[in-house]
Amino acid sequence: MPKIKIPKHSPSIDMTPMVDLAFLLVTFFMLAASFRPSEPVTVESPSSVSDKVIPENNIMVTLDADGKVFFNLTDPEARKETLMNMAGLYKISMNDEQIEKFSLMSTFGCAIKELPSYIDLSGDERKTFETKGIPLDSLDNQLKNWISYGNVAALNSGKTAFEEARLKGLSPLAEDFRPKFIIRVDSKTVYKKAEKVIDVFRELNLNNLNFVTSSEFNPNNP
Amino acid sequence: MAEIAESGGGGHDKGKKRAKKASTRVDMTPMVDLAFLLLTFFVLTSTFSKPKVMSLAYPAKIDKPDPGKAPKLNNGITFLLSKDSIYYYTGEFYPKDKPGPNGPTQLISTNFSNNGVRKVLADLNSYVLKRKEGLVRKVKAKQMADTTYIAQLEKLKGDLEALKVLVKTDDLATCKNFIDLIDEVKIAEIGVIAPVPMLSSELKLLNEKIKK
Repeated sequence: MPKIKIPKHSPSIDMTPMVDLAFLLVTFFMLAASFRPSEPVTVESPSSVSDKVIPENNIMVTLDADGKVFFNLTDPEARKETLMNMAGLYKISMNDEQIEKFSLMSTFGCAIKELPSYIDLSGDERKTFETKGIPLDSLDNQLKNWISYGNVAALNSGKTAFEEARLKGLSPLAEDFRPKFIIRVDSKTVYKKAEKVIDVFRELNLNNLNFVTSSEFNPNNP
Repeated sequence: MAEIAESGGGGHDKGKKRAKKASTRVDMTPMVDLAFLLLTFFVLTSTFSKPKVMSLAYPAKIDKPDPGKAPKLNNGITFLLSKDSIYYYTGEFYPKDKPGPNGPTQLISTNFSNNGVRKVLADLNSYVLKRKEGLVRKVKAKQMADTTYIAQLEKLKGDLEALKVLVKTDDLATCKNFIDLIDEVKIAEIGVIAPVPMLSSELKLLNEKIKK
């Protein structure tokens, strides 16, 4: 009986195609991924059929499930201007470093008095910072001031961006550069609490509001 | 393992120096490990869909509202929202002590299913929806341009015959309820939506209805 021949070369598999594929996918996900900046509040948005993408230049007020109010402004330059105006109004002293740090921060939700110590915290500490949200009652309506100063500053930075786009030879629409007002609510937030924030916007005569929603299937245009 | 190390077969020749027969293959295993680790990381952390926004125009605030002169609402529907439940009535509101031609207003209960509020709105707004279908047919037959279609649809939504919606919420309704309802209203192609505060007589009626 003849002996069964064992192949002499090693039992190796050519892994090159697999590696190629793996790196292709890695590259794709790296480029396609967009990271969310860490925020001190987690919000589960309700869903709607709307397909309007969130505008670039915006002023966003967030309400978490308990009704705590948070504020955010996208444009860094406008953030600086707003903070300086707010600090002047409430007579809070801030150094340049704090202002610079604030311009790169994301959403925050604390009274203006707590703000300097909040800015000095590191990213992880901010998440555990105990706060009651931005006050918006009639005696101490800080949210109203944030929105009105933020609106002026964002309008200015929007104008500069508009001029820049026009100098580049594009034909931009002025409407696209105006700040948009966004309300982000949690599904479980009681509507009456959101209404208080909405009333602040309406008192400033800003009646066109946008609600952040996650998208769902639209029966009208499948 | 890409390759299993083989121990060199055969005995060693003493004194004879041989060029090593090392293979030109590189062990790719660590690289593959790393690649898949990165792949898993990016797959799990990346968020693709950017959040969307739904715009809603609120009525402008009037400094001194005139309580006696509530605007007359023809062809309107009013929704009263409570936690996870919707009630509605059509037309004007008639409290118990001041009944209208058909007696005092009765609230009708509905829900967020396809046969609930969506059907109610589609039935009441059939004036707009039927004409919209006609417009869509014209666009599909290339008798009308897209831009004209959009302009015509906007005009149609603001028509006197089109349905107008008032949304009133009580203290328990959540934002999810509110946004779901606005969403249904938008699906039914309704142009005029007004979130307004609830009257005390309406709240009383709503609470009575919920208790039942």
